[in-house]
Amino acid sequence: MHPIGTVHYLALSAALLLIGTVGVLTRRNIVIILMSIELILNAVNLNLIAFGHALHNIDGQIFAIFVITDAVAEAAVGLGILIALFRNKETVLADEIDLLKW
Amino acid sequence: MNFLDQIWLIPLFPLLGALLMLLFGKMLDPQPVSEVAIAPGVEPVSEHGGTGFSRSESHHHHPHSPLKFLINLICPGMVLLSFIFSVGAVWQLSGLPHRVHQIIQFTWIAGLPFHMANGQLATFTVDWGFLLDPLSSVMILVVTGIGFLIHVYSIGYMAHDNGYYRFFGYMNLFVFFMLMLVLANNYGLLFVGWEGVGLCSYLLIGFYFHKKSACDAGKKAFVVNRVGDAGFVLGMLLMLSVLGTLRFTDVNAILRSGRFPAETAGFGVLSAIALLMFFGATGKSAQIPLYVWLPDAMEGPTPVSALIHAATMVTAGVYMVARSSALFTLTPSTSTVVASIGAFTAILAATIALVQNDIKRVLAYSTVSQLGYMFLALGVGAYWVAIFHLFTHAFFKALLFLGSGSVIHAMGGEQDMRRMGGLKNKIPITHWTMLVASIAIAGIPGLAGFFSKDEILWQTYSSPQGSTLLWFIGLATAGLTAFYMWRLMSMTFYGQSRVAPEVERHIHESPASMTVPLTALAIGSVLAGWLGTPRAWTIFSDAWRGFPNWLAPVFSSAAVEAVKEGEHAASTEWILMGLSVAIAIIGISLAHYFYCVRTEIPDRLHARLKPLHMLLYNKWYVDELYDFLFVNGLGKGGGRVLGEFDRTIVDGGVNGAGWLTRAASRISMWWDTWIIDGAVRFGSFSVKMLSYPVCILQTGRVQAYAFFIVVGALAFLGYYIAR
Repeated sequence: MHPIGTVHYLALSAALLLIGTVGVLTRRNIVIILMSIELILNAVNLNLIAFGHALHNIDGQIFAIFVITDAVAEAAVGLGILIALFRNKETVLADEIDLLKW
Repeated sequence: MNFLDQIWLIPLFPLLGALLMLLFGKMLDPQPVSEVAIAPGVEPVSEHGGTGFSRSESHHHHPHSPLKFLINLICPGMVLLSFIFSVGAVWQLSGLPHRVHQIIQFTWIAGLPFHMANGQLATFTVDWGFLLDPLSSVMILVVTGIGFLIHVYSIGYMAHDNGYYRFFGYMNLFVFFMLMLVLANNYGLLFVGWEGVGLCSYLLIGFYFHKKSACDAGKKAFVVNRVGDAGFVLGMLLMLSVLGTLRFTDVNAILRSGRFPAETAGFGVLSAIALLMFFGATGKSAQIPLYVWLPDAMEGPTPVSALIHAATMVTAGVYMVARSSALFTLTPSTSTVVASIGAFTAILAATIALVQNDIKRVLAYSTVSQLGYMFLALGVGAYWVAIFHLFTHAFFKALLFLGSGSVIHAMGGEQDMRRMGGLKNKIPITHWTMLVASIAIAGIPGLAGFFSKDEILWQTYSSPQGSTLLWFIGLATAGLTAFYMWRLMSMTFYGQSRVAPEVERHIHESPASMTVPLTALAIGSVLAGWLGTPRAWTIFSDAWRGFPNWLAPVFSSAAVEAVKEGEHAASTEWILMGLSVAIAIIGISLAHYFYCVRTEIPDRLHARLKPLHMLLYNKWYVDELYDFLFVNGLGKGGGRVLGEFDRTIVDGGVNGAGWLTRAASRISMWWDTWIIDGAVRFGSFSVKMLSYPVCILQTGRVQAYAFFIVVGALAFLGYYIAR
């Protein structure tokens, strides 16, 4: 049994990224999309911490904290936009919101 | 007090009165609303719309305004003030050596440089200045003195009329403009007064504006006067172009300096100026061919006829020609024209006056005739005599008009002499004063008219510019004058009464405000002539002859006394004087015989000489001729021709141009739509076509975009890995 090393972390991270990306691209509900974005960000966090641990560098952890903060802010703003959207369009489905075109 | 430097105040007083009246008069004399509204339909007996029983019935509708006395105080008072200042100024003027006083208040029109006819550069300046010399002093005394008496008379005459304040406002305004006219020191300022009195004349003729005939008469006076004014303006401009100045003193100095030789033979530029100015005078002073407005002007209230259309305004032309005496002296041929027109007007108007039945119309034609006398005097170079006749005429003609107004007042608005008669004892003061005026104008020795008229006839006969023919016309006119004046007196005051019974009960003598001016003017009609006794009356020395002596400095010495005494013996003058007195007496006797003794003779004559009577009664059909020639001929016919010209040529050009423009614009529109717009639209269309594939990609769905990002990222990733 190998001890849990960097490769494991990276594998988990890659899996999270993949799940998150697929979630962003395929799910219709914006809430789920936002959650998928959280997954992507957490994949990044995992990466940062894993490499920081491997390289004995504290910068990775610091960056991870920044990313968490950023994620919180992003979630707040995203949910705010979502509520505003819902008030106006009465929908939270991303494919029904297609104003951003010519 | 130095009145001479205050002469600018003389016209200012009446202006103040006029402004007060026209701005605030309505407060002093509030008018009943109803009367103006009902007036057009209800104008029954009262021809002059003034006084009398037709009005007296409506007295209680017209509340007596408590402040009305202020109008009576202000308006005649202002004229009286002017008169006092005039007397003071004339008194002081008589003490000056040259008897000329000029004050220039300021420059009114300043400095427009222009090239004169001879190429010299000059500046066009017009002063706001006043010139007091013997000529203008006579005029201001007449205007303010007689104007004041007529204002007083109007207080009684207009008492029951609507628009009391309006009447007095216009009258004061008239006096202002008339004083500007006679006091101006240049032709430009004179023209201001000239137009102003024309305006006031128009306003006062049309005073009863609800009567169509009054409105028409006002318009006629205005239009006919403008015709003459056109001549005056042209004459003024030509004078400016030739002499370079309009100031009387400068004009006279240039003309007397000998720079321009007298145009004894031929027709030069000076003659043109003089003729144009005289044409202006014929308009204002009612001479042939522009006299037609004056008889119609009798539609105005009678005091207006007395002040404007007898005593003052109509003499403005005489004054202007006398003022230009230096010019007319240099152009003998023009003077001949003036004299001929004057003589012809005199006799023409006198013949018309013979058969008119309206008392005021007789007087109107008499005025035209007397003005003709004045122009006759001007034309033969006897300028002072013309002014002398103007002076005496102002007294007796104003008196005649005011007297006729008093008669009309007594008769309740009746103006037709056929419905008068036998009024002698019912209105005695009016009768006596009118009797004085009548024998004054007829030329009975001792009264004013005799002196001036006889002097005119004598000068016409003896002056080198006069002729026996002109003298004979003048003499015949004198006979006619005596006849129609006595006809008027007989039909009005003597003989059987032809008055309607219901009018007869109302006949009453006029109030004191009317009879006092009548009496004053009657005294003037007797005395005014003694200022210019004939030369032949050697019992009076030359110093006694105040009028010619007073005016002597104004007219160049040649013009004052056109007669050289040696040429004609005094006996000739006595004979001519005897002739004119004889013809006056014959005229009076004949009229008395016709209209008092054998009253059937006039009717028999009418029957016998029907065509002649019709011709005279219809005023030689001059109005009809003018209607035919100018109103209908030139006016309407010319209008039709011009209309045709407009429709075919002018409108044709316009329409053609319009058609061309439309055609051009249609081509232009095609070009625009298909070529210019086509190019633009083709450009945008091609861009649209090219951009179409790209547009398809832009779905608006965020997830699609995200998908492209992921694909792109994977593509890069794949590229790096595969490398």
